[in-house]
Amino acid sequence: MEEQYAIEMLHITKRFPGIIANDDITLRLKKGEIHALLGENGAGKSTLMSVLFGLYQPEEGVIRKDGQEVAIRDPNDANRLGIGMVHQHFKLVDIFTVLDNIILGVEPCRGGLLQKAEAREKVLALSEKYGLKVDPDALVEDITVGMQQRTEILKMLYRENEILIFDEPTAVLTPQEIEELMDIMRGLKAEGKSILFITHKLSEIMAVADRCSVLRKGKYIGTVDIKDTTKEELSRMMVGRSVSFAVEKAPAQPGQVVLDVKGLTMASKLHKNDAVKNVTFQVRAGEIVCIAGIDGNGQTELVYGLTGLENVQGGSITLAGQDITHIPIRKRSILGMSHIPEDRHKHGLVLDYSLEDNIVLQRYFQPQFVTTAGFLKRPAIRAYAEKLIEQYDVRSGEGPATPARAMSGGNQQKAIVAREIDRDPQLLVAVQPTRGLDVGAIEYIHKQIVAQRDAGKAVLLVSLELDEVMDVSDRILVMYEGEIVGELDPKTATPEELGLYMAGAKREGK
Amino acid sequence: MLLLIQYTLMFACVLVLVALGGCFSEHSGVINIGLEGIMVMGALGGALMMRSLPGDAPALAIILLTILAAVVVGAAYSLLLAVAAIHFKADQTLVGTALNLLGTAAATVIVKALNSSVDSSNVSSTVQYIEQKKAFLLNIGSFEFCWFMPLAVAALVCSYIVLYKTRFGLRLMACGEHPQAADSVGISVYKMRYAGVLISGVLGGLGGIVYITTGVSEWKFEYGVAGFGFLALAVMIFGQWRPTRIALAALLFGLFRALSNVYTGFDLLRGLPIPSAVYNMLPYIVSLVVLAFTSGKSRAPKAEGVPYDKGLR
Amino acid sequence: MEGKQYKSIWKNKMFQSLAASLLSIAIGLLVGFLALLIINPSGAWQGITTIIKNFFYYPSAAARLKYFGSTLVKTAPLLMCSLSVLFAYKVGLFNIGAAGQYVIGAGACLYCALALNLHWSVCLIAAIAAGALLGAVSGALKAYLNVNEVISCIMLNWISLYLVNMLLNNVKEVASPYTLPIGSASPGSVLPTLGLNKFFSNNYVTIAIPLAMVVAVLIWILLEKTKLGYELKATGFNKFAAKYAGMKQKRNLILTMVIAGGLAGMGAGLLYLTGFEQWQCTQSSVPAMGFNGIAAAFLGGLHPIGTVFSSYFIQHITNGGAYLDKSMYSAQISDFISALIIYLCGFVLFFKQFMNARAAKLEEKQRTSAPAADSPAPPDGGTEEGGEK
Repeated sequence: MEEQYAIEMLHITKRFPGIIANDDITLRLKKGEIHALLGENGAGKSTLMSVLFGLYQPEEGVIRKDGQEVAIRDPNDANRLGIGMVHQHFKLVDIFTVLDNIILGVEPCRGGLLQKAEAREKVLALSEKYGLKVDPDALVEDITVGMQQRTEILKMLYRENEILIFDEPTAVLTPQEIEELMDIMRGLKAEGKSILFITHKLSEIMAVADRCSVLRKGKYIGTVDIKDTTKEELSRMMVGRSVSFAVEKAPAQPGQVVLDVKGLTMASKLHKNDAVKNVTFQVRAGEIVCIAGIDGNGQTELVYGLTGLENVQGGSITLAGQDITHIPIRKRSILGMSHIPEDRHKHGLVLDYSLEDNIVLQRYFQPQFVTTAGFLKRPAIRAYAEKLIEQYDVRSGEGPATPARAMSGGNQQKAIVAREIDRDPQLLVAVQPTRGLDVGAIEYIHKQIVAQRDAGKAVLLVSLELDEVMDVSDRILVMYEGEIVGELDPKTATPEELGLYMAGAKREGK
Repeated sequence: MLLLIQYTLMFACVLVLVALGGCFSEHSGVINIGLEGIMVMGALGGALMMRSLPGDAPALAIILLTILAAVVVGAAYSLLLAVAAIHFKADQTLVGTALNLLGTAAATVIVKALNSSVDSSNVSSTVQYIEQKKAFLLNIGSFEFCWFMPLAVAALVCSYIVLYKTRFGLRLMACGEHPQAADSVGISVYKMRYAGVLISGVLGGLGGIVYITTGVSEWKFEYGVAGFGFLALAVMIFGQWRPTRIALAALLFGLFRALSNVYTGFDLLRGLPIPSAVYNMLPYIVSLVVLAFTSGKSRAPKAEGVPYDKGLR
Repeated sequence: MEGKQYKSIWKNKMFQSLAASLLSIAIGLLVGFLALLIINPSGAWQGITTIIKNFFYYPSAAARLKYFGSTLVKTAPLLMCSLSVLFAYKVGLFNIGAAGQYVIGAGACLYCALALNLHWSVCLIAAIAAGALLGAVSGALKAYLNVNEVISCIMLNWISLYLVNMLLNNVKEVASPYTLPIGSASPGSVLPTLGLNKFFSNNYVTIAIPLAMVVAVLIWILLEKTKLGYELKATGFNKFAAKYAGMKQKRNLILTMVIAGGLAGMGAGLLYLTGFEQWQCTQSSVPAMGFNGIAAAFLGGLHPIGTVFSSYFIQHITNGGAYLDKSMYSAQISDFISALIIYLCGFVLFFKQFMNARAAKLEEKQRTSAPAADSPAPPDGGTEEGGEK
C-alpha cells in the first residue's frame, strides 16, 4: 500500500522561539503526481519544505522515502535521496554562468580540475529533452527571470532528482510564462517525476495539480483531489472562512491633476539600457492609478525617480503644480508626497530603532517634535506614537518602545502605512504594500488605501499581484521593459488581456 | 636603475602574495583587515626559524624550513580571525584591527623575551639573520635574484587556476557571493570560509617573511610591517579581486614603494628639493588616489563581511 | 504585565554590556598572565599584579596621587580617541583613522605652540581643526567616491605621520629628535591647570581631564537627545531608510567624520599641550593612542559614559606595564593585553546572545511553571529560579 508514495512526511512538528511553524503536519506525495501545497503567507509551507530539504530539523515526526524512514540532515542528504527544490528566491550566483550555477556542488572533476565540457553536453541534452531553453554561457545577472527559473529547474534535473519541489514558482512570471511553466511541469510528470508545488494561487492549482494539501496557521487542514473540488472550497480551507476577494469601493471621482509625469527617463544600474524610457502619465486627486507589470520592468526605478531616491535622467515630474524633478527627498515629502516603500526592511524602517522612533521617521524634524535648539521632544514623540498605534491598531509587545525588529511583518507594515497616511499627503505612492502579508492585513491595507482615495488623495499603487491590480485600482497602466505599453480599465479588462500587455505581446498603438 | 627594478620586483612579490591572500579570504566572504598582523606573525615565524638555523646549513633546507615556519605561523594566526568571524559572527573589521595590533604587540613581546633570555641586557625587539638570508639570494651579475620571486609567480599562477579552474575555487566564490545558494547545494559555507581565511593566512605569512628579507638582514618587530598589509588590500581592491589584475597593480605599487627606498640612487631625484618624507608618503598617497578613482565602480564579493547564519535564509 | 516581575537581570542591556566587558577584561588579563608565565614563570604573578596595580606600586600616598595624575593625563587623550571611534561607529563607520587624526592634531598644536607661540586655546582649536580636516577627507572620499573608510584612514595615518615629522622637524631640539619642551619654549600655550596640579602635585594635570569628561557627556547628549543624533544613528543603523526619510546622507557622513576627526585631534591637543610628552620627529610608527581608542570604545560598550571608565582602565594597565621588571618582561605586554581585549570585544555580540538565550530559557521555565504557580509557590520551581538569579 505505502509503496506508492514517493515521500511521506508524518506528524512533522517544527517550533521556533515563540511560534509553532508546523504543528503535527502530515503530507504524502504519490509517485508521478503533481501535489499542490496550499496556504497563506505564514501558514508554514516554506518551513515544511525546508524540513524536507534538510534546511531545518523537525522536533517531531518522521520522513519516509519509498516507504523507508530516512534522516535528512542537510541539503546533501536531500540531494542523495533525489529531492530537489526551486526556491522562491532563486539560489543563483549572479556573477557565475548558467552552467557554473547548474554544476555548483556536483561539479564533474578530474584531478581537481573542472570538466566543464562534459557538464555542458549533459546540460544541453537535458535542456533539449524538457524544452528548457537556456544559454549555458550567459551570466545569471544578464538573463531574464524566466531563464533563471529554467536554470533552477535544470539544476534539479542535472542532479537526476526524482522529487521536485517548486516554492512559489509563479510569483515572478507573466501569465504566459506561467502557462509555459505549467507545460514544463506536466512534461516532468510524464517523465515520472513527482512534484510538490507550493502556492497560494488557486487557479494554478486547478490547472495543473492532481491533489492538494492545505495548511493554515501551521496546522494541517486536509488533502483533496483536484477533480473533486472547487476554487471556493480550497479558498475556504486556506483561510478558514469564505472571503470575498473583491475590495468594496464606490466609483472614483477624480479631481484635478496631482502628479504629472512627462517623458521620465531613468538610467539602469543593471544594464546599459534605460530602465525607464520616456514615461508619461498623470494621477488625479481621488483616484487610484496602478502601475502593473512583471517584476523588473522598470517599476522600481520609476518609483525611485518619483520619490527622489535616485536621480532622474530626463523628463519632468510635477506635484500639485510644482516642479519636483530635481528637488531632494525631504522637500518632496514636505510638499505632500508619502511613500510606502517596496522593501520595508531596506527603506521603510530602521529596525534597530523603537516603534515610536520609526513612527516619527518622516516628521522628527517638525517643530512639534524638536526644539529650535535641536533637542528631541521625547514626550511629544511618545504621545504621537501612542495615538497612531491606537488609531491604526499596530500591535507590538512593548508598545511605542518595542524595537521594530521584534514586530511581525504585518504590524511593521501597518506602522509604515500609519506613518505615511497620517502625514495627510496629497499623493500616496504605495509600492507592493501587501507583499508577504496574510489575508487579514491585506484587507486592512487595501481598505486604508481606498479610504485615502475617498478622502480626495491621489494614489499611485505599484503592484505585481494580478488580483490586487484588478481589485483595488481605478486605472491600470502596464509597464513593460521600461515603457507604459497600455492603459486599461479594471472594470472592463480581463486578466488575460492584462497578461498580454505585461508580457509585451500587446501594446497600445501610440 | 637595476636596484630600482630589483626593489620593485621584491615589493611587488610581497604585495602579490598578500593581496592574493586577501583575495581568497574575501572571495570566501570574510573581510581580512588583519593581513598586516598576519604578515608580522609570518615574518616572526620565518625570522626565528632562520635565526635558529646554522648559517652554513644547506640553502635548500633554510629556504624550505623558513617558508614552512612563516606559512604555518601565518595560517595558525589567521585562525583567530576565522573562529571569531565565522563561528562567533564577530565584526570582521574590529577583529581584523585587533589582529593587527595583537600581531605587533605579541611579536615584540616574544622577541624581547627571547632576546633577553639569551642575554639579559638585550631588550631590543630585533632579530638578525644575516648569514641565513643569503640562502635566498642568487647574484646574477649585479642583479640580486631572490627565490621568493619565482615563488610569488607560482603563487599567482596557482591562485588563478584554483580560483577559476577548480571545484574548490568555484565553491569558494559561491560562498562569498551567495552563501545561501552554496548552502542549498550542500556546500559547507563554514568550511569554505575557514579555507579562504587559512589560505590568506598562508599567503599573508609568506608575504611577511618576504617583506622582512627585502634589502635588510634584520628586523625590529616593534615596527610591525609599516602598513604593508593595507597597501596589499589597496592592491587587491585596485586589482578588482582578480589575480591577473592584482599582479599588475602590485607592480605599480611596488614601484612607488621601491622609489622611496632607492631614490637617493638617482641623481635626478636627489637633485629635486623634495624631502625624504615625501618619498615615504608616496606609496600611501598613490594608493589613496588610485582608490579614489577605482572604488566607485568596484565590485567586491557580494556577501563579504556578512556573517553567515544557517538559520536565516 | 505579568512578565515584568520575571524580567531577568540577564535581559538588561546595561547589565549585558557591563558583563560582556568585564568578561573580556578577565579573559584578556588571564591570557596576559599566561604569557607572563610562559616568558618567565618566577615573576609572573608579581608581573600581572604590577600591571594591575600601576601607581599603587608606590608606597606613599603622595606618590600614588602624583602617578594617578600621570595616568589621568594620558587617559584624557585616550578618552577623546575612543569617543572619536565610538561616534563614527554609531553612524556605521569604522574610524581606524583616529590614530592619524590624533597625529595631525599633535602636529598642528605643537606647531602653533612652538613655532608661533600662540595662546593655548588657539593651539587646541588648531588641533581640533586639523583632526577634523583629516576626518573630512576620509568622509568625503567615502561619500563621493565610495572609498572604504578603513583603507583610506590607514593611508592617511601614514601620510599624516610623515607630514607631522616633516613639519615638527622645524621646532625640534638641536641635540635630540624631540620637539622643544613646550613649558619653557612657549609657556602661554600650556593648558591651564585650575589648581589641579597642586592637588595631584603633578604639573601635567590640567583642565584636559575635566574637559575630556565634559566632551564625553556632550557626545552622549548629542547622540541620545538631539535631532542630529537621531539622524546620525538612523544613518548608521540603516542608511537606506535614512535616505528614504530625506536625511542628507552624504552631508551626515562627512559631518560624522569631521566630528570624529575633531575629537581625536583634540585628544592630541589635550596631551601635547600639557608638556607631558614631546614629539619624536623620527618616529616611524603611528602612535598607538588612536588604536587603543578602538579598544576603549568597544570595551566601554560603545556608550560615551562607559568609555570614560574603559579608557581609564586601558590607560591604567598601559601605565602599569611601564613598572614591569625590564629584565624579565617588556612593557609591550600591556599593548598585548589591550589588543587581546579588542579581539575579545568581537565576541561581545556572542556573549550578549548567550545571555539573551539564557534569559529566554529562564522565562520559558517560569512560563511553564506559571500555571502551577497559581497555587502557592511550588517549592521546586521556586528554589531553582531563586538560585539561578
